[in-house]
Amino acid sequence: MKTEFILTAEGVNKSFDGFKAINDLNFYLDKGELRTIIGPNGAGKSTFLDLITGRTRPDTGIIEYRGTPVTKLREYEIYRLGIGRKFQTPSVYSDHTVFENILLGLEGSRGVWTSIFGRVTSEQRERIFEVLEIIGLKDRAEVKAGNLAHGQKQWLEIGMLLAQNAQLLLVDEPAAGMTDEETAKTGELLLSLAGQHTIIVIEHDMVFVRQLGSKVTVLHQGHVLCDGTLDEVQNDERVIEVYLGRKKKH
Amino acid sequence: MAGSEVRRLEVWGITIAAVVVLGVLPALNVLLPETNPLHVSDFTINLYGKYLTYAVLAIGVDVLWGFTGLLSLGQCLFFALGGYAFGMYLMLKIGKLGQYKSDLPDFMVFLGYNKLPAHWVPFNSFWFALAAVVLVPGIVALVFGYLAFRSRIRGVYFSILTQALTYGACLMFFRNDFTFGGNNGLTDFKFILNYDVNSAATQRTLYMLSGFLLLGSYVFSRWLTTTKFGKVQRAIRDSENRVLFSGYATSNFKLFVFVYAAVISGLAGALYTPQVGIINPSEMSPEKSLEAVVWVAVGGRGTLIGPIIGSVGVNALKSWATRAYPDLWLIILGGLFVLIVLFMPKGIVGIPGQIRDLRKRFQRRESPVPVPAQGATSPSAE
Repeated sequence: MKTEFILTAEGVNKSFDGFKAINDLNFYLDKGELRTIIGPNGAGKSTFLDLITGRTRPDTGIIEYRGTPVTKLREYEIYRLGIGRKFQTPSVYSDHTVFENILLGLEGSRGVWTSIFGRVTSEQRERIFEVLEIIGLKDRAEVKAGNLAHGQKQWLEIGMLLAQNAQLLLVDEPAAGMTDEETAKTGELLLSLAGQHTIIVIEHDMVFVRQLGSKVTVLHQGHVLCDGTLDEVQNDERVIEVYLGRKKKH
Repeated sequence: MAGSEVRRLEVWGITIAAVVVLGVLPALNVLLPETNPLHVSDFTINLYGKYLTYAVLAIGVDVLWGFTGLLSLGQCLFFALGGYAFGMYLMLKIGKLGQYKSDLPDFMVFLGYNKLPAHWVPFNSFWFALAAVVLVPGIVALVFGYLAFRSRIRGVYFSILTQALTYGACLMFFRNDFTFGGNNGLTDFKFILNYDVNSAATQRTLYMLSGFLLLGSYVFSRWLTTTKFGKVQRAIRDSENRVLFSGYATSNFKLFVFVYAAVISGLAGALYTPQVGIINPSEMSPEKSLEAVVWVAVGGRGTLIGPIIGSVGVNALKSWATRAYPDLWLIILGGLFVLIVLFMPKGIVGIPGQIRDLRKRFQRRESPVPVPAQGATSPSAE
């Protein structure tokens, strides 16, 4: 029997103007697990991440991270618990260099005064280059993030989450708009992080999902339709009906 | 990299400007006889003193708009509050020298007051007034900013709200029973400490103080951009959600910038009032704040040096045009703004960069080597 879930969501509901985005959602995640969430457009995937990270609040239900309810906390407080999020569209600070982007993500004080009077220590510098090494942008440290290729921006954003030492990484469509090669590299990156970090990946690209080879949860109309390995869910009647049916053509 | 060279140019520019403004001009004013063609008149000193206070206001707008993405359309409120706070002291220093030979300011006699309202009494003290110049704009900004940022008011809603705030204050100050002189405001000043306000020496001192305030605001704002705070500030401008979801309480950062901008604007207002000789509610009207935004846009936002160039430049142009073409002045200002927005999105300061880009594009077109594939550059050029 598993003793500890890192993330649990029970009986979560959320509607926007009568539209039920999340409908009695129950979700459990083990520590160190890599989980992929798939589902058709409007299935509530991104809304689920919004609920975990405090961007929106559930109407009913409980979401707990390591036993702490997060549904009443503000975004930055949830972050400070160790939950990091990568947005669907790459959100990096385009006017800052790659180095500075990681610096702003770096674990440590987030106060106004410390940011005015603090200095970058050599330890922090080392840590930043460590992260840049992991995401493969070490030789681009002084480039402005706005000038990076699309895939590199995505990696940079993942790097910012690593710098903050987030235990739970929520990664929203990391492969969107990437070339095949970039997608494969992103997959390798995420796989190498699993274990030390717990990761939820939302993805549409089935090749990428297969590469990750993780347990897959299928969301449909804000509800968990089923979960299992990719092969299991692909052969599930209900899944074929709502989602994979039209995907199977190619 | 070009960045450090630009920075060096900026340091040189500011140093030279500071020497000219704080050294050469006052020297030419004091040392040369009026007959000398190089003599700088008292009128000019006074005029430029006013521009310098405007430049501080523009720096306030720039740290908000250019560096934090907060377009405040009510920055003149804080300028005027500082001006009023100091104006109250100046009013009380008139003493019995007013039209009505009373201890009370003229407008109070006129409105039938027989006693100084309680909140005016402490303004007999110069130091209290000076504290009020900092604290009143600072506290108003703190309260308003706290409420606005806590409620996540952003973008255009923030702009509209700041405009509404200054408009509301303007209407309030227009009322006679608000005890700040109503429509006419505060005027007819005689003394600061025990110096004659209107003497050339006092005016020159005020001009110098304005110059030092501008230099100080510039240096502090520039220093702030080099700190991690400055990086967070620009990150908020470029992607506030990312900052929020990276664990920063962005509202605190915005509040700090908002209060800082209000305080320097208030100090500028306090120096403006004795140099112009009047402070009235029209200084709070929304157009005034919009004008300040225009200066920043013309000079180049997000540059700190741009707002200084913009505010002094546009106002010098205004002084000239209102005399030379009084009827066309507004058309000139409007036309200038339209041209800048259309063709020079980075303002006057951005011109060299624009020329460089144009030259590059030209060279690329002429080069026989094909341009590398687009994959290396960002597809999301917004």
